[in-house]
Amino acid sequence: MTAKVAVICFPGSNCEHDVVRAISALGGDAQIVWHAGSGRGAGGLDDCDAVVLPGGFAHGDYLRTGALARFSPIMAAVEEFAREGGPVLGICNGFQILSESGLLPGALRPNMGLRFICTTLPCTVAQNTSVLTAGIAVGTKLQLPINHGEGNFTCDAATLASIEDSGQVVLRYDTNPNGSMGSIAGICNAKGNVVGLMPHPERASSDVTGCSDGSVLLEAFLGSALVAS
Amino acid sequence: MKFDVHVEIRALEGVADPAGQTVERALPALGFTGVEAVHIGRVVTCVLEAADDAAAAATAQAMCERLLANPVIERFELSVSPAVTASVVGSGGDGT
Repeated sequence: MTAKVAVICFPGSNCEHDVVRAISALGGDAQIVWHAGSGRGAGGLDDCDAVVLPGGFAHGDYLRTGALARFSPIMAAVEEFAREGGPVLGICNGFQILSESGLLPGALRPNMGLRFICTTLPCTVAQNTSVLTAGIAVGTKLQLPINHGEGNFTCDAATLASIEDSGQVVLRYDTNPNGSMGSIAGICNAKGNVVGLMPHPERASSDVTGCSDGSVLLEAFLGSALVAS
Repeated sequence: MKFDVHVEIRALEGVADPAGQTVERALPALGFTGVEAVHIGRVVTCVLEAADDAAAAATAQAMCERLLANPVIERFELSVSPAVTASVVGSGGDGT
């Protein structure tokens, strides 16, 4: 079986083709879906096993990152897909959109020191029950690229305690690059079917790019998509 | 009638304000000593058409809660008053 993945493209997304290429290389069937549609009916999200919100600067990131994208027409269908337990992955700007939409707790603030960070960092898998980390040994080290100005994960103390206690921290930086609470690089919702992370696994999915550690995560995501379908 | 809406948005108490912190570190380098508690927020202004004061206030409040501020990290202060800008536009300007 082949997992069908909808990669949502907003005006200002810039990683959608990278995601399609990485998923295709792993045997998935990825299609780009424009944000302005309803996501219903033929070719909509109902026909998909998983949804990815790729990186970029959706709607120019005006007001706040993700703040306008969360009201794109497609997002009602994405939220319904998520509520029904479908696997949803937000990468970088996609993570910011999922936070703004309330599908994930907390928010992403400007990096501490205000520096836009573009580098590859060691990260550690912190749990293995989310759709992105299912079956991966906790403690697995992955070299992953980050490329963001606003990846500083923030939430109130009660929320932080809650997501830590319930195993919703999916991925941590080994060394905190941006001021994120708990060095958090990625989190999931309570059910584990919605995951957001700042690192770009699709940019580390081929030896040509110098590292293929991201494939481990995307393979797990495709596996989760088939289980959910 | 038209109303001027003025919204000031800033980080909630305890939420990191990296822009404010960076400016606070920069000011002493220019000789401005004794500066603390620098916070950088955002101001949004607009002109809103509404039936009356109460309707304008309710709509502006809803705009803030739904889009202009993110309640997870931000608070806002809202003021709504009968529009001044509208009458300036109505006067015809300077004819250029």
